[in-house]
Amino acid sequence: MEIKKTFSVQGMHCASCVVLIERALKKVEGVSDAVVNIATNKATVTFNAGEVSDKVIASAVAGAGYQAILNEEVEKEDESQQRKLKELQTLRKKVTVSLVLGGLIFWGSFPGLMETAPEILKNFFVQLVLATPVQFWAGWTFYRAAIPAFRHRTANMDSLVVIGTTVAYFYSLFVTVFPDTVNAVGITPLPYFDVATIIIGLILLGRYFEDKAKLGTSDAIRKLIGLQAKTARVLRNGQEIDIPIEQVILGDIVRVRPGEKIPVDGIIETGISAIDESMVTGESLPIEKKAGDTVFGATFNKHGTFTFKAMKVGKDTLLAHIIKLVEEAQGSKAPIQRVADAVSSYFVPIVIMLAMLTFVLWYVFGPEPSLTYALLNMITVLIIACPCAMGLATPTAIMVGTGKGAEHGILIKTAASLELAHKVNTVVFDKTGTLTSGEPKVTDIISLSDESNETVLTLAASLEKGSEHSLADAIVKGAEERTLSLREVSDFRAVPGQGVTGVLDGAKLMLGNRKLFENVGISFEKQEGDIARLEREGKTAMLLGKNGVFIGIIAVADTLKDSAKAGVTALKNLGITVFMITGDNKRTAEAIGAILGLDDILAEVLPDQKEIEIKKLQNAGRVVAMVGDGINDAPALASADVGIAMGSGTDIAMEAADITLINKDIRSVAGAIALSKTTMRTIKQNLFWAFGYNVILIPVAMGGLYPFFKVLLNPILASVAMAVSSISVVANSLYLKSRKM
Amino acid sequence: MSLDKIIVIIAGILGIGVTYWFFLMKKDRAIKIAGSSVTIVVSGGYNPEVISIPVGKTTELNFMRTDPTECLGEVVIGDFNIRRELPLNKKVSVKITPAKEGEYTYSCGMNMYHGKIIVS
Repeated sequence: MEIKKTFSVQGMHCASCVVLIERALKKVEGVSDAVVNIATNKATVTFNAGEVSDKVIASAVAGAGYQAILNEEVEKEDESQQRKLKELQTLRKKVTVSLVLGGLIFWGSFPGLMETAPEILKNFFVQLVLATPVQFWAGWTFYRAAIPAFRHRTANMDSLVVIGTTVAYFYSLFVTVFPDTVNAVGITPLPYFDVATIIIGLILLGRYFEDKAKLGTSDAIRKLIGLQAKTARVLRNGQEIDIPIEQVILGDIVRVRPGEKIPVDGIIETGISAIDESMVTGESLPIEKKAGDTVFGATFNKHGTFTFKAMKVGKDTLLAHIIKLVEEAQGSKAPIQRVADAVSSYFVPIVIMLAMLTFVLWYVFGPEPSLTYALLNMITVLIIACPCAMGLATPTAIMVGTGKGAEHGILIKTAASLELAHKVNTVVFDKTGTLTSGEPKVTDIISLSDESNETVLTLAASLEKGSEHSLADAIVKGAEERTLSLREVSDFRAVPGQGVTGVLDGAKLMLGNRKLFENVGISFEKQEGDIARLEREGKTAMLLGKNGVFIGIIAVADTLKDSAKAGVTALKNLGITVFMITGDNKRTAEAIGAILGLDDILAEVLPDQKEIEIKKLQNAGRVVAMVGDGINDAPALASADVGIAMGSGTDIAMEAADITLINKDIRSVAGAIALSKTTMRTIKQNLFWAFGYNVILIPVAMGGLYPFFKVLLNPILASVAMAVSSISVVANSLYLKSRKM
Repeated sequence: MSLDKIIVIIAGILGIGVTYWFFLMKKDRAIKIAGSSVTIVVSGGYNPEVISIPVGKTTELNFMRTDPTECLGEVVIGDFNIRRELPLNKKVSVKITPAKEGEYTYSCGMNMYHGKIIVS
């Protein structure tokens, strides 16, 4: 398959470099085309994916005297952060200027305060001079947004501010320049420069705080990107060299020393160390790792030096996957947002129409001076309306919620999954590999004849060597651990759902469950007490027969994970019913159920029937979360309302599940549901606040209270309310961060 | 009722009508995308605002923001789990492969500006 790859090339300075690099790349076998762009310093290579590796491309470019950056991260988060901080600085300057100038005008024009002001500030022309830079320099932000939007026949928050303040400014300008004309129509010539300037100053101040707070909502991604190591120490041509992490390629041998970050994902070749994976998986205790174990990029090597082979680099690492997943979740929309979406697309035009209505009503029916009342109340309506709060209510909470989850090893795929998770009232755990370690071990050997326990295990293991069942693996390993030598078995046959049979030294052997013995006609009733006892202890009893005689029992059990009991208890504390689904027999399953305190057990369920069992629970009106390993039980995960995978962050697990717990901690299931509940509570509070604010205060701004209490809202107070409204929504979302998980 | 009041009433009704027509009765004209990519200029909204792309085909949307308005600094295509920052005067590409026919809206981060992707 032919693929295209674009990467940066360092060291280019002229057009001849282009020719050189293109020629070098085209010479590589399997490369069909190479195009180098001097303007962007990038090369695009078309090649056969199976034939050409990153290493070959890098060495071809290096051979021409340049350097290829093959695993470049697209996102330069630092740059974006710097840009935002710079914008905040400019905004702060504008806020300061407009509030100082606005404050001076306010001092010189507000009744009760103006008496203390110097005469110069009371001069309308001086006020005009002070107000003009605020209106058209500081306030240019609003015009710059509103004018192009207007050309698109769209109106936004800025349009409201522009209309409101422009009306106030030009009315004041008219009054200042033509006071006699205004007087002639019976209106006292009073300008409202203070209204225009203070509104601009306060709304900009609100925006400043809002932007500052919004920076905090995307902290999680920034932190995750910041986790990456900057350099890697690789062994190349027998030498250890430090190279930027982007230049590490598959197969590189990387050395990691104590106290260093692991640069990319790979498998340890030599050495032993304790590795702190808390930043990626949320697991707080360091994990002992040795040759053959997998290490992840961005995790921290505590003690010991080791070398590992790079297996995943660039966008394929676990960290890159986590970042991608969190970014996608933060980009998704929660269904609850639909209402806000629908309202906000009509909101601003409706507010403009209400403002016009306000003007007409006050002009026609209001007290004298009706023009002043009409004008000020119209401005108040335009200024108090806050579409921002509605727009920010859901996404800010989703961003903080999903980010907080990621910090604790809980990866949420979409906002919709997060929303649904808070409704879950039933959690179904898959047993093997989820509640248990997934590595069964031989726990009991009972000989029922003259044969020793070792012989019973040797015979069973010899027979199971040909089987692919997970229990067979446990028996073979059990024999190997006891250094027993296995023997050759002929006529091996697996009986699905029952066990295995074969011939060893002329003797016919069989190993399996009761059903197998019933079928071949071996009586086991005498040992039923032993079998039942083992099953009650949560063990699987395997019966061994030789030439039609029952000669022994081997019990195999899967050990429960340390976090299983606490995880189940945490869910029950949330009022959730906890089920376990397993292919095990009922008695064994019930034994585990009793240890963990499960509400119910779905035992003897074949893998392909798990999905049907989940559907049955859903049909009974339950909202079901299925917890599995994400690989074997993908259909069950998909059919559950919320699929939770206890995965190591593999593509398949993340794809199948709505939520991935990379820390593999059972307690995180309750953690994820609790996170969903708190995030949803925040969203509902935000939406209630955003809608409530507008629904109550817009009629008040229109003068709804005036007929009853003679109360009117001042436009300056309206701008304070507006600014506070959107800040409070962002602040409430940020409060999620401080909630305990 | 005095003449000025009558004029204000008529102007008000007209103003409300014009506002309704201008902002809420805007007709969406979809631009059919024949190739595999389209450049959407982000300035006071999205231009083209409505695009039509075929189902099942990967289309690259190149957002080019030329308007410094902060609200437009982010684009959200919720149905495709995409939220991207749009730095000023820098092309930001996103690829989408719609699996189902339908209308998918996208917006700025605060849901003030809207665009539509019609998949047919």
